[in-house]
Amino acid sequence: MNAPVKIETTLKDWETDQEVRWCPGCGDYAILKAVQRTLPQLGADPANTVFISGIGCSSRFPYYMETYGFHTIHGRAPAIATGVKLANPDLDIWLVTGDGDGLSIGGNHLMHVLRRNVNMQIMLFNNEIYGLTKGQYSPTSREGTKSPSTPLGSYDHPARPAAFALGSGARFVGRGFDVSKNLPEVLKAAHAHQGAAFIEIFQNCIVYNKDVFNDFAAPKGAEDRQLWLENGEPMLFAGGAKGIALDRDRLELKVVDVAGGDWQAADVLVHDVTNRSIAHMLVEMPFGPFPMALGVLYDDPRPTFETAVIEERAKASEGKTADLAKLLGKGQTWTVSGTAADPV
Amino acid sequence: MATQAADTPLEAENPDAVVVRFAGDSGDGMQLTGGQFTLSTALAGNDLATFPDFPAEIRAPQGTLFGVSAFQINFGSRQINTAGDAPDVLVAMNPAALKVNLAALKPGGLIIADTGEFTKRNLDKAKYENNPLEDGSLAKYDVLAFDISALTIEAVKPFGLGNKDALRSKNMWTLGLALWMFDRPREPLHEWLRAKFKTKPDIAGANIAALDAGHAYGETAELSGPLKQLHVAPVPSAPGLYRTITGAEAVSLGLVAGAQLAELPMFFGGYPITPASAILHHLARLKEFGVTTFQAEDEIAAVCAAIGASYAGQLGVTSSSGPGIALKTEAIGLGIMTELPLVIVNSQRGGPSTGLPTKTEQSDLYQAVYGRNGDAPMPVVAARSPSDAFECAIEACRIAVQYMTPVMLLTDGYIANAAEPWKVPDPASYETFPVQFLTEKNDGDRLLPYKRDAKGARPWIKPGTPGLLHRIGGIEKHELTGNIDYSPDNHQKMTDARKAKVERIAVPDQDVALGESTGKLAVVGWGSTYGPIHQAVGRARRKGLDVSHIHVRHIWPLPANLGALLKGFDKVLVPEMNTGQFKTVLRDQFLVDAEPLTKTSGQPFQIAELEEAIGRYFDGIPGNEGGEVPANEQQLPISESGHDDGTYPDAPFHGDDAALPGEGSDTGAVNQ
Repeated sequence: MNAPVKIETTLKDWETDQEVRWCPGCGDYAILKAVQRTLPQLGADPANTVFISGIGCSSRFPYYMETYGFHTIHGRAPAIATGVKLANPDLDIWLVTGDGDGLSIGGNHLMHVLRRNVNMQIMLFNNEIYGLTKGQYSPTSREGTKSPSTPLGSYDHPARPAAFALGSGARFVGRGFDVSKNLPEVLKAAHAHQGAAFIEIFQNCIVYNKDVFNDFAAPKGAEDRQLWLENGEPMLFAGGAKGIALDRDRLELKVVDVAGGDWQAADVLVHDVTNRSIAHMLVEMPFGPFPMALGVLYDDPRPTFETAVIEERAKASEGKTADLAKLLGKGQTWTVSGTAADPV
Repeated sequence: MATQAADTPLEAENPDAVVVRFAGDSGDGMQLTGGQFTLSTALAGNDLATFPDFPAEIRAPQGTLFGVSAFQINFGSRQINTAGDAPDVLVAMNPAALKVNLAALKPGGLIIADTGEFTKRNLDKAKYENNPLEDGSLAKYDVLAFDISALTIEAVKPFGLGNKDALRSKNMWTLGLALWMFDRPREPLHEWLRAKFKTKPDIAGANIAALDAGHAYGETAELSGPLKQLHVAPVPSAPGLYRTITGAEAVSLGLVAGAQLAELPMFFGGYPITPASAILHHLARLKEFGVTTFQAEDEIAAVCAAIGASYAGQLGVTSSSGPGIALKTEAIGLGIMTELPLVIVNSQRGGPSTGLPTKTEQSDLYQAVYGRNGDAPMPVVAARSPSDAFECAIEACRIAVQYMTPVMLLTDGYIANAAEPWKVPDPASYETFPVQFLTEKNDGDRLLPYKRDAKGARPWIKPGTPGLLHRIGGIEKHELTGNIDYSPDNHQKMTDARKAKVERIAVPDQDVALGESTGKLAVVGWGSTYGPIHQAVGRARRKGLDVSHIHVRHIWPLPANLGALLKGFDKVLVPEMNTGQFKTVLRDQFLVDAEPLTKTSGQPFQIAELEEAIGRYFDGIPGNEGGEVPANEQQLPISESGHDDGTYPDAPFHGDDAALPGEGSDTGAVNQ
């Protein structure tokens, strides 16, 4: 792969002439702007950037990005993106999916793209509802969600996207929400990660699941309810008055009070993005008793799938020429001259 | 064998063709035996056709009826198109193999049986009350029964193997006998065994000893009666380099050739399924040809990754069999909608659902031509034989890249597994069709990703190309810009454009494979029925019947002259291994009174079945007016001679998608 050349662009360069068709007030607008704001900061090249999506509200995203874009079919974007990346590893691929597209119909492909570690950024817009099909509950909907298909309330246990990703073998798991000013930082970290980088973005569906994330995303009281993780920094929230520590007897996390800023005394954990065990605890950390863990939860790269494929192909081809005539005549052959057959 | 006066060619010293069937337990190595016998036959210069017939089970319980694996080969000093109707020689390695295959054997045929396996226990498993070798029930055949097991153990004694291991060489002993019977050299087999067991010289030695012992047995046992040496003369064939090839190999090589002719790297997305997996296996070893193989998590991901690769500028290919094609259908629609090249190989098998994983059928024609949501036209090409699959794969690649469309290549289980001699073509003799990607705006200062060329194809634009940024997708798009456009006029135009593009694909005019281009009866086939139809029509013509053979490669779009050609015949008969699918297409497209001749037993047509059906158009009609006797309304009855389709009615098909049976992993051995 060639090292990408940094290109100077502005936010405007990433906007298409297409009319954006999301509902007014939809969280998708904020995510779109965050992405369009982030890409110039990365020095990304629009011609080398591909947005690939499945089906759903989130999957309209490629039409609004002045890049290459492929709006595919329901749930299959990870598989298509894998083919694109294998065919041209130099392309910078952003996958856009949702909780229905990525975890219901496309759960299988999402698992495998993460497991294989194909180098791309995967943004899963989680609004805990089906939007484009008009409001049915989704695999991330909370138990008891009333919807057209569950008028008395849903009873399935919701999937947890970040936990799913980590469990599938993801080497990067980030979290943010639509209107968060920190979202671009998470996107940048994901982009810097070589491999499949999974970002769960909580997104407010103002029509079918309005303000469902307000319990932690609302500006008021956000400090007490959001734990923004930073590598090498103590896991503090509530203005530093509280922190996350390890209950060493039960091997689980706990909230501790921090007196006078002395987080060491309170045994608050220092975030290490390469600590997979703690990452497992962070993605499972229940909101309510705990704050919502946001930012880069886990980031520990390992060789990517496409690199392995390319290296294997190069190795297997070493010293061989692509001689088709030779290939066709391979194996045990015989030559006919006139009518007699002579084995060669 | 119609030209043969004797009941069986075994009575002649120099027969022009012989059919041998090796049958045994799945664990007996019959596919390997057959494969190696095939190779020696090819080296002897005979023309040949083979039919491997193995159970879906990897290792069915030993000795059972449903665990029987068979390999049939028809070889001769004249042109061979089919694996032969009825075997002249049946090698039965155990009672179950005899029971399952006996009905197919020609009266007067030779049975070679291993008495060592005809134990009470094995007879019970095969549901024989009495030992058929002893109770006189085989009177109408020649029987040569001796203890191959014991003879093998004796032969390999010097290698110090246990009985169980020693008996594994039984198939080589049998092969040795067969080599003697048909006067074949053993040296290529010796070489092959030494190479195969390079790291286990003892095993190589034991197998060679068994092979030699079988050969010597034929030579020295002084058997009177049935066992004698036969000489099948080499077939006169065009000078050149030859090899044997299976359909799966031919498809793989044809795809590689197609990608080279298009000057593109190839991306192959696959998911294991019988009988298509062999293509994935072959291509996985051809990385130096710019081939990337990707074993996906499922059939859907396999086709989607191929579409992704095509989008990025490679030749995307996927392959499967009916059930897998069903899963890929939505994605194929995406390929049609976005107008990206894609080759989909369907190695058809018996259906519906899981159906008959290891048996052949042609019942996915509707699926190929019509089987998608929306108006989704797609070209379909069908291979008629293993070697023809090479040409068809190239043709599929050509259409895909020139017309920016998915193309389906139909083969079937028979073509995929069967082997035939192949005159190795010179790649330089094929016309190249290099792909030109769009590199600059195609409408002044505008890019129009859906602006069509004279053929109706849109430009192929690789992401990463500066200045040509655009978006595509499965939603209906504007006829030029490709932006979302649901407007009524636009959808009408785009539907029409997609249809017109496929209809206008340049397809060669249909030729007549055998016979005149007008007449009383046209027998119209497609796919792997080529061999039996060709032979049957040839025989009917030698009897003076006015019948022609037309074999269609381009199933969609159909050759432009086909309608007129068919109308030049009084009657049109369409034999198919389905319930009459191509017949319906022909009726629909040309309003011809195409009549079906159908067979769905999981076995290929026999020449005799087709000959009989052809005869019905002429029999009993003075002056051979033809056509007054209707073709069969239903499937053909089992013929009186008891030559049924070779399947055993009580044999259950267990298991899901079985891969090749354990021994089947050796079926590729003929080309090692």
